[in-house]
Amino acid sequence: MHPQSSSGFREIAHTADWELEVWAPDLITLLSQAARGMYQLTGMELSSKPRVSRLITLQKKDPETMLIDFLNELLYLVDSENLAFDHFDLQFKNDQLNGQVDGAKIASIQKEIKAATYHNLIINQTGQGFITKIVFDV
Amino acid sequence: MVNLEALIQVNRYEWEIPLSYRPDMRVPVRIFATRSLLEEIKDDKSLEQAVNAATLPGLVSPVVVMPDVHQGYGFPIGGVAATRLPDGVISPGAIGYDINCGVRLLASQIEYESVKDLLSNLADSLNRLCPSGVGKKGHIKLKINELDKVCLDGSRWALSHGYASEQDVRRTEEGGRLDGADPSKVSKRAKERGLQQLGTLGAGNHFIEVDVIDQIFNTQAAQIMGLVPGNLAVMIHCGSRGFGHQICTDYVREFQAAVKRYSIELPDRELVCAPLSSPEGKNYLGAMRCAANFAFSNRQLLAHFARQAFEEALAGKIPNWHLYQVYDIAHNMGKIETHQVEGKPVEVCVHRKGATRAFGPGFQGLPSEYRALGQPVLVPGSMGTASWVLIGTSESMMRSFGSTCHGAGRTMSRKKAKKTVWGEDLRKELQARGIHIRAGSMAGLAEEAPQAYKDVDAVVETVYKAGIADKVARLRPVAVIKG
Repeated sequence: MHPQSSSGFREIAHTADWELEVWAPDLITLLSQAARGMYQLTGMELSSKPRVSRLITLQKKDPETMLIDFLNELLYLVDSENLAFDHFDLQFKNDQLNGQVDGAKIASIQKEIKAATYHNLIINQTGQGFITKIVFDV
Repeated sequence: MVNLEALIQVNRYEWEIPLSYRPDMRVPVRIFATRSLLEEIKDDKSLEQAVNAATLPGLVSPVVVMPDVHQGYGFPIGGVAATRLPDGVISPGAIGYDINCGVRLLASQIEYESVKDLLSNLADSLNRLCPSGVGKKGHIKLKINELDKVCLDGSRWALSHGYASEQDVRRTEEGGRLDGADPSKVSKRAKERGLQQLGTLGAGNHFIEVDVIDQIFNTQAAQIMGLVPGNLAVMIHCGSRGFGHQICTDYVREFQAAVKRYSIELPDRELVCAPLSSPEGKNYLGAMRCAANFAFSNRQLLAHFARQAFEEALAGKIPNWHLYQVYDIAHNMGKIETHQVEGKPVEVCVHRKGATRAFGPGFQGLPSEYRALGQPVLVPGSMGTASWVLIGTSESMMRSFGSTCHGAGRTMSRKKAKKTVWGEDLRKELQARGIHIRAGSMAGLAEEAPQAYKDVDAVVETVYKAGIADKVARLRPVAVIKG
């Protein structure tokens, strides 16, 4: 875990694609940190307004699948609606992950991510929370 | 990571990871590389990923690795794996998110010396007329039913709408259209993404490049292809855009459950698969072919826009500014093909991810003018370095499921490239060498710096010496358009 903060992300060197290490005290925060890290890899900037919200509903599965489903859902919204988000209000309820994500239209974006992948994806639980590495296809 | 000491050297250009290397391997791994190229990958996970690929059910020996191999996100980039019908598997991750990422080459009768002072204007025209960049929408906005026709007809859709010639379509792999595409197996959100992306380049390592034919190695083949030393050519590298990415995302997700249903154990979840004969396998094949046909049509439209750019920049200044199709190839694809296995013809699904089909002379699926030569193979180098035109060989049919390399292959991470290369400096350096660059992102340009890639000449020399492709021509870039 990283003593500087209880949650965060950093880019790891990968030959052809991008890899992100993400850590957080709980799974919900892990999802939002992964999203922020993914957006940062693309060099994305949001418009200041108008603010936009979208509801997210995903079937609850193993944590790794939830993470990939969530990130690929966000990538779909980048490509289909030119939207990205900086505020995440998510919760597990019954057999679903649902909630609201808030953001805006993308003002500028430097690079494209094709997908978040399952490659070597394991979410490890530590004494301080959760940590994982995600490889993105570029 | 696989220790190079574990490899058995077959000859100077061929190595093997034996079946005994790991108990879950079903076939050995055959690697086409020199010792020097192997040294470049010894610290990444390319070979480990090839070993993982060798655990897929139904494999026909061997898994093949090309000299431009580099680490991917499951299946190595530069890998080939063939699975036996009907119950061998199909794996979306072994084809890639950018289904039918590929390359098109157009030749011309334009002498470089007569237009070199016009190249800056030509680069501007290409940059303006060929939509590129992250999130950039195309000139053509489809409705769902028209997108379905693109899925079914591929390049033929472009032909029927005035964006292609018969020669263009004839000189495209598979005639620019895979049979068996099924738009009903493509999700609504994949279609939403594809509606405004037809005729767009995208970003990343996709590009349009203006080249000069620099060296000829096979005079007869070059003459038939229309490659004249000192003349311009145009190379287009892109794929199926968000449409294809979403299809792969959808089916990698769906196959997470399929592997459990069919009791398939895999070392990497990104290798998920389903038997070709299963409903899941057939559905993916139908959807994948839609993406493949979309990509053929996509490159066709970009070729059309490139022709418009040449006309805009050069008409009236030179007598003939036209661009003629040489060929169009795929290097991320799954195809049902027949190959000789232990002396018998066997129907297999050949997964090529970062590898190009390289069928040899006599293949009936080639245009008549190329049938005696073998299939043209288009190998783009990195920015500022050479690209190559090769042809397939009979040897490749015997040793690599009719496959060869696809490009230069990365050696440096994008993170390191961004830290060590300043995009604007790179642009100026290439400009000083006479290469006009138009890039949507300087950070993206830095990531694609030549020093991040292997030596493409060494890669080509390896496949040539290994006998799985023959050299036709070497091209050098004079203008590059990137998103």
